[in-house]
Amino acid sequence: MEVINIKGTEDTPNVILDKENGKFEISGRSLPEDVNMFFEPIMDWIDEYSEDPLDKTVFDFKLEYFNTASSKVILDILLKFEEIVEDGKEVIVKWHYHEDEEDMLEAGEEYADIVEIPFEYIVLED
Amino acid sequence: MNELKEKKGHSFLDFAYQMYKSMKTNEINLVYEGEVTQEITKTFTSLTERSLAKTEESNMVQRKVFHVMVECLQNISKHADSLEGEEEKRGIVMVSHGKESYNIITGNVIKNEKIPTLKESLEKVNSLDKENLSALYKKQMREGRISEKGGAGLGLIDIAKKTGSKLDYQFKALNNDVSFFILTSTVKRK
Repeated sequence: MEVINIKGTEDTPNVILDKENGKFEISGRSLPEDVNMFFEPIMDWIDEYSEDPLDKTVFDFKLEYFNTASSKVILDILLKFEEIVEDGKEVIVKWHYHEDEEDMLEAGEEYADIVEIPFEYIVLED
Repeated sequence: MNELKEKKGHSFLDFAYQMYKSMKTNEINLVYEGEVTQEITKTFTSLTERSLAKTEESNMVQRKVFHVMVECLQNISKHADSLEGEEEKRGIVMVSHGKESYNIITGNVIKNEKIPTLKESLEKVNSLDKENLSALYKKQMREGRISEKGGAGLGLIDIAKKTGSKLDYQFKALNNDVSFFILTSTVKRK
């Protein structure tokens, strides 16, 4: 499968989707003006991936900031991975946050409430 | 003619000085009136981010101020209406701080016909506590869709949830068709 490797900007995140190396990661900031346009290729990639996913997918979210429109798209991404879980494959979300940013931890907990995917919370050090 | 020009020049200097003084007394960090675009949003938020980084303010408070600014500015660039003869989405933005809190004040023109719906959303958000705001946020994320304008209908809920303060708002009628909507969001310093 094709690898997605998007470099982040001041209002869009870094995105790595690499099935071969088992690397799935979104990091940085997400506050684009048009979330649909930015995330469309990512959604398409995940749709294709879910047709033949790995037995175990570990998805790292290392976001330092996202706006509300992005929060909706992140849920849509997670819902796609939930379907993979429903199909009997393993998916783990690793939700990274800085210790003093409770809001980011809370955001992860809210997603974990909605989707049936196990979440691990990891404190970012730097 | 020259005299008039001079007089005008003086009154402008007076105005600039008065404004400077009033900004100092009211501890206003940023004032802007004009077009609000994604570029403007990025510029102001990063400006505020950088100036906050120089202060002793906790990361948490800095992040909340940044967050509220992004949501307020993107609300304007997505939803603001215009006065007759104007094309672009315009608004005012003000950031001030006092001993207790940061205030992020934004204002924009809104069509009178949209006021009841907006007011209803604002009142709804203001009636909820943290837990219920979180429940509403999750519900709206699940059931909502990204609109053509790129909004998710989550901005106001999120501001209230993150700041833990009620949304303070006013509508000032400009004429029969439009009003000026002012929203004040408060981030408490801890």
